[in-house]
Amino acid sequence: MTQSVVVQVGQCGNQVGCRFWDLALVNSSDELMSSLQAVLVDMEEGVVNEILQGPLRELFDSTQLITDVSGSGNNWAVGHWTYGSAYREQIVDQLRRAAEHCDCLQCFFLIHSMGGGTGSGLGTCVLKLLEEEFPEVCRIVTSVYPSAEDDVVTSPYNSVLAMRELTEHADCVLPVENQSLVDIVNKIKHMSHSGKPGSVIKKDSAIISGQGGVSGAEKPFDAMNNIVANLLLNITSSARFEGSLNMDLNEIAMNLVPFPRLHYLVPSLTPLYTLADVNIPTRRLDQMFTDAFSKDHQLIRADPKHSLYLACALMVRGNVQVSDLRRNIERLKPMLPFVSWNQEGWKTGLCSVPPVGHSHSLLALANNTCVKPTFMELRDHFTKLYRKKAHMHHYLHVDGMEQACFTEAISSLSSLIEEYSQLDATKDRLMPDAARLNIAT
Amino acid sequence: MSIVTVQLGQCGNQVGQELFEVISNDANDTQRKVYSECSSERFFNETANRELVARSVLIDMEPKVISQSIAKAAKFGKWRYGDRSHFSQKQGSGNNWANGYCVHGPRHEEVVMDIVRREVENCDRLAGIMAMMSVAGGTGSGVGTYVTQCLRDAYPNSFILNHLTWPYGTGEVIVQNYNSVLTLSHLYQLSDAILVHENDTVHKICAQLMNIKHISFSDVNKVIAHQLGSVLQPALTGDSHGVYNRNPIGELMSSLVCHPEYKLLSVCNIPQVSSSSMAYSMFTWPGLLKHLRQMLIANAKMEEGIDWQVRAPSLQPEGIERTRSHRRPGFNTSLANLLILRGKDVNNAEISGFQDPSLYTPWLPADEAFSMWKTPVPFNKYEKSAILVSNSQTLLRPLDNMVGKAWNMFASRAYIHQYTKFGISEEDFLDSFTSLEQVISSYNQL
Repeated sequence: MTQSVVVQVGQCGNQVGCRFWDLALVNSSDELMSSLQAVLVDMEEGVVNEILQGPLRELFDSTQLITDVSGSGNNWAVGHWTYGSAYREQIVDQLRRAAEHCDCLQCFFLIHSMGGGTGSGLGTCVLKLLEEEFPEVCRIVTSVYPSAEDDVVTSPYNSVLAMRELTEHADCVLPVENQSLVDIVNKIKHMSHSGKPGSVIKKDSAIISGQGGVSGAEKPFDAMNNIVANLLLNITSSARFEGSLNMDLNEIAMNLVPFPRLHYLVPSLTPLYTLADVNIPTRRLDQMFTDAFSKDHQLIRADPKHSLYLACALMVRGNVQVSDLRRNIERLKPMLPFVSWNQEGWKTGLCSVPPVGHSHSLLALANNTCVKPTFMELRDHFTKLYRKKAHMHHYLHVDGMEQACFTEAISSLSSLIEEYSQLDATKDRLMPDAARLNIAT
Repeated sequence: MSIVTVQLGQCGNQVGQELFEVISNDANDTQRKVYSECSSERFFNETANRELVARSVLIDMEPKVISQSIAKAAKFGKWRYGDRSHFSQKQGSGNNWANGYCVHGPRHEEVVMDIVRREVENCDRLAGIMAMMSVAGGTGSGVGTYVTQCLRDAYPNSFILNHLTWPYGTGEVIVQNYNSVLTLSHLYQLSDAILVHENDTVHKICAQLMNIKHISFSDVNKVIAHQLGSVLQPALTGDSHGVYNRNPIGELMSSLVCHPEYKLLSVCNIPQVSSSSMAYSMFTWPGLLKHLRQMLIANAKMEEGIDWQVRAPSLQPEGIERTRSHRRPGFNTSLANLLILRGKDVNNAEISGFQDPSLYTPWLPADEAFSMWKTPVPFNKYEKSAILVSNSQTLLRPLDNMVGKAWNMFASRAYIHQYTKFGISEEDFLDSFTSLEQVISSYNQL
């Protein structure tokens, strides 16, 4: 059996992480729980203190928490350089301790947001440390990207500076956008309040619900955070529980990352909820597959069907057979543009245990050029600020931070965008097969 | 003489367990004591307490499948695996051939070869070693290739047969074509013969002949096990004078693999029906053999959907070189064939259709190209069954497709960094592609 370590950094990272642990406690088995270790990092006390006073306090011991008091002031440089060097030893120690609890450590899950200071700056510093100290262990990062109406003025700087670290040091990144989470939350609430017959949602089955978890009454971002928590729970469960076609975490990176920097995997989760009325006919299974590819179910604002797939993984849970899987892939394939050299680029897994409240579920991870617009928007927002040198002095004052950090970061983002563009250019062209080797006879 | 089997990775272990199950059932079923004893000696070791222990070594890089296989074997109490005959680790090979071949293989070489050695020493005489694995994943393919190399080094004078399962064409693993190309090119140098089953083909057999509605891997594996068992169970060869053949692997090779450039073997089995239809089926040797012959030349893998339009080219008068223009389209040329007949009235079967020189490539005399084994003992509940092990162009198209897809992917260098980080370079890939293009070219020329 293999183990994973979940590292949550910053306010958002810790709130999502908490929702994850809450759900895991209620919904998963001892087997799953014993395969997970936790490390919590935050530079202000608010969130972690709340955890320590809440029902999850039994789960963590104080050595797993690394905190400070004043926060990073939404400044990536403070998070990355100031706290990064101040807490380096303590963080490494804590990571080593978590790793020692693991018989066979397979994966680090890092959870953070991009727009602030701690999650973004210190979080990416932790990422670098993970690579240095545990180079052979897979690093899967869940990154929450800011929405357009983000109220943190410097979030474009923080995000772009963090992007460079993600591109260079992560094995896989699962980008999540706040706006998409808001849209999904609204969609579910609308559905449950619509009063249409047969539209009553089964209790606790929606991916936004805390599923009766230990933490009690829901707080403002809880619904959105529950979605991300469900995503993580789904990934760890699929790899943990048995099925007729097992999929291991290290197989995800192997199959979905054809080029080292292009490791941004768009997640989608279906179903979003289960209807309470069991008399509704079950075209649900095929509908589930269709939904996985619709833009409403993606966790970033993107439409993968109209961009180019480099690779796609489908992790199916519940009572689903190989024949159902193959039938749906055959059905959907003609509508999904795949890059010429990976026309059958599907990695599939069948896990027999469904999530609580559902008979089956599907998690899709798509390596798709539809991330490009998100990155381009990020670049635009960055450029608007950077051109006027707005707020830069806050960053440059920080020890370890230089002008070059900015230029290198934006350059890294631009070349990433360029790589996606080149692939996009091949999309509607009929690419000839590569000429085969000629053997003298 | 005995065969030692090495089961590698998830597929190798699952199919291997089904194979021993089929063999044990077949041997137990029969009234023929000599057949039964020969089969037992070949595949099992009898302990002091009269238990049958499979002559098998189970290898995997993660523990779940091996535990399941061992448990399934012991379930009916008829046979079991040896207590110390398995080796597993905690974490798999991540579908990465390079991880299997360059890291796991060497790391565990000593322990694995120790277990193999013990199993070989348990045999009075070793007939040969059969390694079973898939080519799509990381362990069966990568570790399997490394272990085959170790076997070759440790037993230079023994016969080594590799049984390979090729994945579904539409993909289970995205990098399966890379893993397959690397495996096949290496095995071609190391192995004496490579016997192939394709998931797509077996799946069709399950769907169309056996009428299974929701096909699972277990169904597929049972069919593979049945076909493989029907090849390896005791039979009488032409010159064995009424004694069951001592060394099926050796004889397989001398009949079918006369040239090192041609090592790919496929199996065809008739009849293949669901157990519920068996009671109502009546088969005659002429009917079975007529279908089997057409399956060979028209490249059909089962009794349904055979293209009867495909005909052997007409025989040229002696002295005229048969050129490729005389070949009919869709015609499958053979290098060599082995026909195995099992069951009732086997001596009345008329097999001259398989000795027809027009089926074979011109540069091998027809009497060297065709061999036959037979036994009056029926196999696995089929009153009559005919098995054809063929060294022919059957696998040419699937091989070509596999290499083509891998080459397209390689041309864009996609996923290559996943391999280079474990020590397989672009040069290694190119070497593998070159070897396989050579194999494809050779089979094209038949």
